Amino acid sequence: MIHAAPDYDAAVIGGGLVGSAIAWGLARVGQRVIVLDEGDIALRASRGNFALVWVQNKGNGLAPYAGWTLNSATLWPDFAQELLDETGLDVKYQRPGGFHMVLSEREYEVREASLKRLHAQPGVPHYEWEMMDHARLASFLPDIGPEVVGASYSAWDGHCNSLRLFRALNVAMQKRGVDYRSNAAVSDVSHTAGEFRLSTAIGEVRAGKVVVAAGVANARIGAMVGLDVPVRAQRGQLLVTEKVAPFLHYPVSTIRQTDEGGVMLGDSQEEKTEAVVGHKVIAVLADRAQRMFPRLGSLNIVRTWAALRVMTKDGFPIYEQSSRCPGAFVATCHSGVTLAAGHALTVAPLIARGLLPEELFQPFSTRRFHVQKAA
Amino acid sequence: MFKRPREDARASLRFTFDGAAVEAREGDSVAAALLAAGATPCRTTPVSGAPRAPYCMMGVCFDCLVVVDGVGNRQACLVPVRDGMAVESQRGKRELGA
Repeated sequence: MIHAAPDYDAAVIGGGLVGSAIAWGLARVGQRVIVLDEGDIALRASRGNFALVWVQNKGNGLAPYAGWTLNSATLWPDFAQELLDETGLDVKYQRPGGFHMVLSEREYEVREASLKRLHAQPGVPHYEWEMMDHARLASFLPDIGPEVVGASYSAWDGHCNSLRLFRALNVAMQKRGVDYRSNAAVSDVSHTAGEFRLSTAIGEVRAGKVVVAAGVANARIGAMVGLDVPVRAQRGQLLVTEKVAPFLHYPVSTIRQTDEGGVMLGDSQEEKTEAVVGHKVIAVLADRAQRMFPRLGSLNIVRTWAALRVMTKDGFPIYEQSSRCPGAFVATCHSGVTLAAGHALTVAPLIARGLLPEELFQPFSTRRFHVQKAA
Repeated sequence: MFKRPREDARASLRFTFDGAAVEAREGDSVAAALLAAGATPCRTTPVSGAPRAPYCMMGVCFDCLVVVDGVGNRQACLVPVRDGMAVESQRGKRELGA
């Protein structure tokens, strides 16, 4: 019996920011790719996020995550430029440096201790960060309120228009020949003779490789290719104000003014699995934002929403090739915007070659969840 | 485009739109008064700068945004006209107040 070559070099399961970035990155290095997107029933974290490209505070407890985040932030300018060149869509990446503001001495101490602990870990690359008191912070952000005690700052923090990023990736991948299919939920994956056969809502798809990038569904879909991917949904609620003339020239971890003028206020971290908003949480977010910038109090909130983060047990991403089904990879994280450049320009070319090198990706494998407990 | 009915006997009020005097009737919304006076468009959009005028007249579409007595992005269809009110067109994004 003669087997025809599979239809695609790679099938990417999931058309969110992670799947789209990898699919575009694969096509960029010449792979024939299909993206199988679940459809509008999907949880769609990519449509609800806060759009930070954020470095400070990443990696406490897993030093390589700090470097991995910094790698993506470093690649972001080229990534954004390439998307602009290919699609004409400007994702408005800006890196003016960013702040995490604190409203009490206690919050200041906790923040400072946490960042000191992060940077004391072996393997965390050196980059510029500092704690600022109220007066120094006010020289950057003159509109802060009297309750603001200070902030942590990193020159590496920035933000973008993440909905436009999502669109740009979708346009760019299709321009590069990626076969993007919506309403193409995957129900089963089999692996025989080095080939994957995917049962999907649009029929059987055959591919040489599979990339599982389906967000919260990674737990279910990973199991089909021998990957144990312990992810759960974590709710975040956000608000956005009417559009106003630019006044906030730096992103703050929970407040940022978009390129189009709206001010986004975020973002809660709740162990809930329904993407619904509630006044209690929204009120706290709005209150804290108004204490940080009292002038925000004059603005109308035009929209609130909730989205579900894709969280692992320890909050760090997972990148791994299945040992049971070589050629099947999983990529999952809750920072699909920050890490988009790394996914497109670093992860995708490695997946194209069929190997995630140990020295870079061993820390992000699921083996960290299966360490034998001491007797 | 719009004409007031002859039998409309409501009292007259005066306000200004971009500095020019506009006559209104008691009970008019700012949007209704602007339409009756032909004072449109009343704003430009915050991103593309396209001109806009009152549309839904019931608080839904946000196309009638104007500056009322110095406060930006007010929905003209939901604000009753008061005598002496200073209304300005909303040009692009509103300014953040103090």
